[in-house]
Amino acid sequence: MVVFRAVGKDKTMLLEIKDLYVAIDGKKILKGLNLNIGKGEVHAIMGPNGSGKSTLAKVLAGHPSYEVVKGEILYEGKNLLDLEPDERAREGIFMAFQYPVEVPGVSNSQFLRLAYNEKMKHIGEEELDPLEFNDLLKEKAKIVEMDPSFFKRSVNEGFSGGEKKRNEILQMAVLDPKLALLDETDSGLDIDALRIVAEGVNQLKNDQNGIVLVTHYQRLLNYIVPDFVHVLAHGKIVKEGGKELALELEEKGYDWVRAAGQ
Amino acid sequence: MSIKAGKETIYKGEFEESIGASGQPQWLKDVREQAFSDFTYKGFPTVRDEEWKYTNVSEIASGEWRRGEADSEIPDLSSGIFSEIETGNRIVFVDGVYRADLGSISKDLDAKPFTACYEDQTFREKFAKVVDPALNGFTALNTAFTGEGVFIKAEKNTKIEGPINIVFVGRGETANFPRVLFVGETGSEAEIVEHYLRAEDSSYFTNSVVEISLADEARLIHTRVQRESGKAFHIVTSNAKLGRGSVYDATNVSLGAKLSRHDLGLDFSAPGAEAWVDGLYLVDDSQHADTHSRIDHRVPNCTSHQSYKGILDGKSRAVFNGKVFVHKKATGTDAFQSNKNLLLSNDARVDTKPQLEIFNDDVKCAHGATVGQLEDEELFYLLSRGLNEDLARNLLTYGFAEEIIEKIKVPSVKKALDEAVLNRLHARLDAE
Repeated sequence: MVVFRAVGKDKTMLLEIKDLYVAIDGKKILKGLNLNIGKGEVHAIMGPNGSGKSTLAKVLAGHPSYEVVKGEILYEGKNLLDLEPDERAREGIFMAFQYPVEVPGVSNSQFLRLAYNEKMKHIGEEELDPLEFNDLLKEKAKIVEMDPSFFKRSVNEGFSGGEKKRNEILQMAVLDPKLALLDETDSGLDIDALRIVAEGVNQLKNDQNGIVLVTHYQRLLNYIVPDFVHVLAHGKIVKEGGKELALELEEKGYDWVRAAGQ
Repeated sequence: MSIKAGKETIYKGEFEESIGASGQPQWLKDVREQAFSDFTYKGFPTVRDEEWKYTNVSEIASGEWRRGEADSEIPDLSSGIFSEIETGNRIVFVDGVYRADLGSISKDLDAKPFTACYEDQTFREKFAKVVDPALNGFTALNTAFTGEGVFIKAEKNTKIEGPINIVFVGRGETANFPRVLFVGETGSEAEIVEHYLRAEDSSYFTNSVVEISLADEARLIHTRVQRESGKAFHIVTSNAKLGRGSVYDATNVSLGAKLSRHDLGLDFSAPGAEAWVDGLYLVDDSQHADTHSRIDHRVPNCTSHQSYKGILDGKSRAVFNGKVFVHKKATGTDAFQSNKNLLLSNDARVDTKPQLEIFNDDVKCAHGATVGQLEDEELFYLLSRGLNEDLARNLLTYGFAEEIIEKIKVPSVKKALDEAVLNRLHARLDAE
């Protein structure tokens, strides 16, 4: 196990995961995972199918199906596991879903304004009325080249795969998270949609937020260049490195790291 | 029959008085006499009738109702629940009594209270031909008390601009027998909105019959909004007879009444017609909402699409029974039926029975029913965006209802229903 930095009361530290064990329906998925994410950093979590990549993202977002059996997660120095999913979101954690959920009958703008205002209320900032929010939304939509006609449509309903993923990044742009978890955001995207989504994420990247890209393929990392690459296998991180590790994986496949984890 | 005799006797006096003072032509009196005789024979349905198994109307049967009076005080129709009526023609009945003084009908529109239609040839041809007066005790009773209705005709190849609002205001402890007869001539287009609204939170009994007859290529948008008093009883029977290539697009929203029941029928009488019949019932406390539908595909190449949704809270109860028959000659039929229910409380109950019977192979049919709670994945999605659980649940429930409400094209009606739903959910959301 390579340790990149000393863990401690580092003010730039966003997330510290220590010896994390997670199960779903009694089945252990993560088995002793350690990970640190600092502000301004982009991390890629890679690994073969079933290695626990998506589980990690969902646990951080607070998905109720996953049970933390052991370990600790500190977010900005506080125990993340004490927070409900909605509290985590208001505190700045955002997960872009691998399969964004359709919410029939609720318009995109209505939904986003509620989410935005809940966050504003939480951080003591001014809430926006529908007209003000619409202006904000128009600005943010440019980031993912999304047409305003999507605002009035029901959330994700009838959206293509690419439109759903763009909509996730639009939500990220509106909610301006401190920690963004992108769960297989590249899956199912054609090359144009991938470029739009990736450029959107790059525009949202800054020195105050951390971005975690959960992905099976190296392809996305051509567009969003990670500072760190972590390879998950059998529920823990088996290899870590810089962006060049992703290329190596692309070339050699996952078998050699998978063996390393046994 | 003996156990019912007492009740029918109560109506008999009223009936004789009503028919005697009606000034109606003999043909109509004959229809009414026959209907009253049917009512006397059938009585009110009981839970021993298969079709009424889950809906007990004994409170209606034993109720003491009086008839509305023409000179009663005028309710204020400018605010509150009545704000859903904004534009278009307006035809108003209060406690079942036609109020020309409260309505406004444009000169171009052929819409009249029944009292002005008795010599109309079309009226005479169509009246009581679409809904069989002898269908059950309620249709018989309504027909027996014919008088409180409106006849609307959309003329050949004309489009009636704006919604035609038909407003039935409930107020006193009355039995009301509203009736609508709509005739859409060939190639006509119209939109009618029936509003059943309360002026007082009183107990009354609405027993309504709606007959729709569409000729070839006629189009009708038909919206029904039922927001009766929480102490009221609301029974409605509506049928649509559809001509070649006609389009019937109906949305039924049921929010009010202590007990409501809608029997709807679609009769495809010529090929190529389309019907969209959607509905929403939203009930709470001990409300009871029942929808029974019967869709008959007897001729080829017709489409029927029925989507009904229910939201139940408290100890409320809903019934959905949907029959679709695709007969042997009805090749090329496209029939879809769905009933989805959302239970917000452990004490609420739904009995749903979609029923599809197909007697030929050349069809496209689907049906289904669900009863459940909100989807966990949907809920988590909203939570993960920072909405607290109450808000997330409300938003999903609102969205569930909105799928039906958003079909309604009259802005004031849509807005009023949005607000009513949000109000029901005690939700801090904005109606859009």
